[in-house]
Amino acid sequence: MTNPMTITEKILAHHADKDSVGPGDLIEVSVDMVLANDITAPLAIRVFDELGTGRGFDREKIALVPDHFVPNKDIPSAQQAKIMKEFARLHDIKYYFEPGDAGIEHVILPEKGLVVPGDLVIGADSHTCTYGALGAFSTGMGSTDVGVSMATGKTWLKVPATIKVVYQGRLCPWVGGKDLILYTIGILGVEGAVYKALEFSGDVAGSLPMFQRLTMANMAVEAGAKNGIFECDEITRAYMEGRSERTPVYFNSDKDATYERVIDVDVSSIEPQVAFPHSPDNVRPVSQAGDIRVDQVFIGSCTNGRIEDLREAAGVLKRRSTARDTRLIVLPGSPLVYRQAIKEGIIETLLEAGAVIGPPCCGPCLGGHMGILADGERAISTSNRNFIGRMGHANSEVYLSNPAIAAASAVLGRIGAPEEIGCVVSEQKGCSDTILNF
Amino acid sequence: MKFEGKVWKFGDHIDTDVIIPARFLNVSDKDELKKSCFIDTRPDFAKGVVSGDIIVAGINFGCGSSREHAPLAIKAAGVGVVIAKGFARIFYRNAFNIGLPILESEEAFASFSEGDRISVDLVTGEIRGLESGKSFFAKPIPTFMQQIIAAGGLVNYIKERG
Ligand code: SF4
Repeated sequence: MTNPMTITEKILAHHADKDSVGPGDLIEVSVDMVLANDITAPLAIRVFDELGTGRGFDREKIALVPDHFVPNKDIPSAQQAKIMKEFARLHDIKYYFEPGDAGIEHVILPEKGLVVPGDLVIGADSHTCTYGALGAFSTGMGSTDVGVSMATGKTWLKVPATIKVVYQGRLCPWVGGKDLILYTIGILGVEGAVYKALEFSGDVAGSLPMFQRLTMANMAVEAGAKNGIFECDEITRAYMEGRSERTPVYFNSDKDATYERVIDVDVSSIEPQVAFPHSPDNVRPVSQAGDIRVDQVFIGSCTNGRIEDLREAAGVLKRRSTARDTRLIVLPGSPLVYRQAIKEGIIETLLEAGAVIGPPCCGPCLGGHMGILADGERAISTSNRNFIGRMGHANSEVYLSNPAIAAASAVLGRIGAPEEIGCVVSEQKGCSDTILNF
Repeated sequence: MKFEGKVWKFGDHIDTDVIIPARFLNVSDKDELKKSCFIDTRPDFAKGVVSGDIIVAGINFGCGSSREHAPLAIKAAGVGVVIAKGFARIFYRNAFNIGLPILESEEAFASFSEGDRISVDLVTGEIRGLESGKSFFAKPIPTFMQQIIAAGGLVNYIKERG
């Protein structure tokens, strides 16, 4: 008999070829997918070349996604993207994508079935933790670690202790994964889970659709966590149906697994949340936001750039217009999301409301391009970070919310809720397909 | 290894966007990176920092993105060592990997102010105020990380092991 373990510990033990592991163990693990983007890949490639192994460990287990500054915004970024492309061609990397087939890394990897439950994934991007939604262990590292793993197929890790967050109760209207994770980061603080695993649990977590799980796992790093993870269930299996050529391994935590801390959250009284500048843990319920005028609304990113997010935004924006002094920028998270949004008439609705639709990429989320804020400007964004200068000028401000709040704020010209513009959901599940307009 | 220099004091949660904003990540050359280090919040830093100077900061230093450009920029600017009450996970790992020495000490943060001259002994972990004479020992560096430093970074460490 092995010790009882959490899902995180089980996946790590599996990849370390051990029967069991526990918090604090230093282990060497094999990786199933190594990821880098147009900002981090050039440094990783330099490290890879220095190591001098000549070949990548497995051409099918490396993903290189140009998404941060593409379509290339200037000559230096074009040079960086070129380094990545040439490397991909030289080593015949299977998962390198040209813009047009690419999109935001953390949107496309799950979408294309490149990550499956039970995987161990490392990426030179802090939001690599997104894939925990699928019941995989995934974590962000720097370019050196990733360059080494591209050559060796291995990395070292310290097994994290796990903090379990148990969500119970009944979700209020417009409340979903984004609100739950913002609320949780508000409780933990931005350093509250440093070096830890965050396991999302309880009936409410178990009922969340995959896109909302992806949003929550995505932001685990905003509490400092090494990884965020959901146990595998029917929703995981249904999501994986026909999606990948690889075989998933479905892990769950043992009932008597040890947790460093268990946090119980009654969701029944949680309103949609807004994170105020300049920290994702600086959260307030939307009803207490006060009169915050916004110059820009951004809907997109690896946190909320999926089709369901756009559906929710379009539901709120239908037959409405953005406020006169507010610009609305929408970037679908992937070409597939974009196409589906066209098919469903979502793009039409957004355009009629006055939105600018940009290509699938990170864009303004990191202050890259396509929506940079000027001195003193304010934005509400569905992305994950609102640090000083994150989306532009050091004196600009970023507020974070879910797509429905962002859409309503675009109409109001200030931060507000859909109810304020006469938009209600028919059922108490914060879900986009039940939006009614009056 | 010993460093002696001036303290540049920072608060809690110094994130990687503050260390180097994303608009400067379109290059990976370290001489370019150092120019943008703390450019938005402390524009005097990159020009004023002298080789061997020391950053003293609060909790969660380096939180946010995985950009290795952040420790690279700090190192390229000439900072000898970063002492913080605590580090964000990815930054901690990146700093060792690229050979930027970092130490954890609560007392250093409490005792030293901007502009103080201090010395740091990386081998013993001793941090000493040159004017005040106050001295503390940083939290010991985990053995595995020491091996990476001894090898001169992760790349050499891997090469040595074959
Ligand atoms: S969308 Fe934003 S948070 Fe996500 S990978 Fe791109 S820059 Fe990073």
